[in-house]
Amino acid sequence: MNNLKVTIDGKSIEVPPGTTILQAARMIGENYPPAMCYYTPLKETGGKCRVCLVKVTQGSEANPRPMPKLVASCLTRVEHGMVIENETSPEVLEARKGVVEFLLINHPLDCPVCDQAGECDLQNLSYKHGTESTRYEEGRREFDKIDLGENIQLHMTRCILCYRCVYTADQLTNKRVHGVINRGDVSEISTYIQNAIDNDFSGNIIDVCPVGALTDKKYRFKQRVWFSKPFYAHRECDKCKGEAVAWVKNNDVIRVTARKNKFGEVLDFICNNCRFEHKNMNDWTIGEPYEMDNDSVITTNKYKVLDHSPAVNVDAKFVSE
Amino acid sequence: MSVVKLTDRIKVMERKPMTFMEKIYIPAILKGMSITISHLFKKKATISYPEEQRPMSEVFRGLHILKRDEKGAERCTACGLCALACPAEAISMTASERKRGEEGLYREEKYASVYEINMLRCIFCGLCEEACPKAAIFLQNDKMAPASYEREDFIYGKDRLVEPFLQAKA
Repeated sequence: MNNLKVTIDGKSIEVPPGTTILQAARMIGENYPPAMCYYTPLKETGGKCRVCLVKVTQGSEANPRPMPKLVASCLTRVEHGMVIENETSPEVLEARKGVVEFLLINHPLDCPVCDQAGECDLQNLSYKHGTESTRYEEGRREFDKIDLGENIQLHMTRCILCYRCVYTADQLTNKRVHGVINRGDVSEISTYIQNAIDNDFSGNIIDVCPVGALTDKKYRFKQRVWFSKPFYAHRECDKCKGEAVAWVKNNDVIRVTARKNKFGEVLDFICNNCRFEHKNMNDWTIGEPYEMDNDSVITTNKYKVLDHSPAVNVDAKFVSE
Repeated sequence: MSVVKLTDRIKVMERKPMTFMEKIYIPAILKGMSITISHLFKKKATISYPEEQRPMSEVFRGLHILKRDEKGAERCTACGLCALACPAEAISMTASERKRGEEGLYREEKYASVYEINMLRCIFCGLCEEACPKAAIFLQNDKMAPASYEREDFIYGKDRLVEPFLQAKA
């Protein structure tokens, strides 16, 4: 089949059939809709958070009528001649503002306590699309604490029910023991009978979580993210590729995460052994500083993204400090 | 011996012999003494600190204080925003998790087990006060960091920064 031509916010691109609007917008590369639940490396994600809503002003070349309602761009496939408005449409921005308000209704906003603060998708989203104040006066959801084992900390109050961690456990590990229990506004991430999540790849649910609901228990309250410096790091590992990001503070690896692309999606899932058990500088070959967005709070830590100089030099210089 | 001028700016002083009035010195002494004595009757420029203190401005930014809330629990949750905002990098902290039974001591789940401000680095700009989301750190308008001979004395820990418990309750 021929490539389909779509126009998003006045910019045209030709994409293969089967591409979603969100993917097409990301191919254009600027002003793509935000996504809190859609996650390219995981199958069947998307359609839950509704922040990626866009307006389709022309359905296709053959049928140029607009779509009656805003559509979720992560699930809607493009048609030839489709015209889409994202940030140019006030209707979309207004809807997104409402969605952010709904996502924050039960969110405790305990960012000063939360370990995710500084690299939190919900924080960035509400900063860009949310309002400054809340209209919600009723009590927020409360939960009994559930222990997910010694590596992963669950804060159910912060969860936005994106289901990413459930899909991760389903598609990455051979035995899922956690899931979404109950329905509607009482649904929660939980395990049956306090099952500890221990599987070689279970730690990845920390990385896919867009908020601070699932965090690294061994990194809990250790340091705010912007006070540590991320470096590309790799090691020999028989379970995973061994390519990760080492977050370094005072010559200590205080945290290990997977590498992500600019949409916040994990490139290669790493195993729990790499993530939790190797916290020594000697365990890792430390490379260049990890590339961050310039507007990330982490770059305020006097953190310079170097030119692509040989990794060995950076390594030697850092260790001697 | 002729003077060699290196630049045009050199001004050669001429020393004339003193006149009779200058030789007897008394008019010059009287003139100087009149200035000295007139100062005895002027208002003093100094005060006897610390018994006497000058009024401070309402918005003066002095020594920091870590406030407690109305129940006496520490407000600071070690979020690190003060340290991030600090242009002089004077603030450092270590966070800890609140244990069961410590709810009266710390307001949030997380608290600062170590909180240090280096008063030698601090420029008393008040950005930490502005950054604080928990209304925990304030710069007092009636206290300054006192002088000391030791550099270590200027690193203020929680023992000197946290508001006294009884002051918070009052």
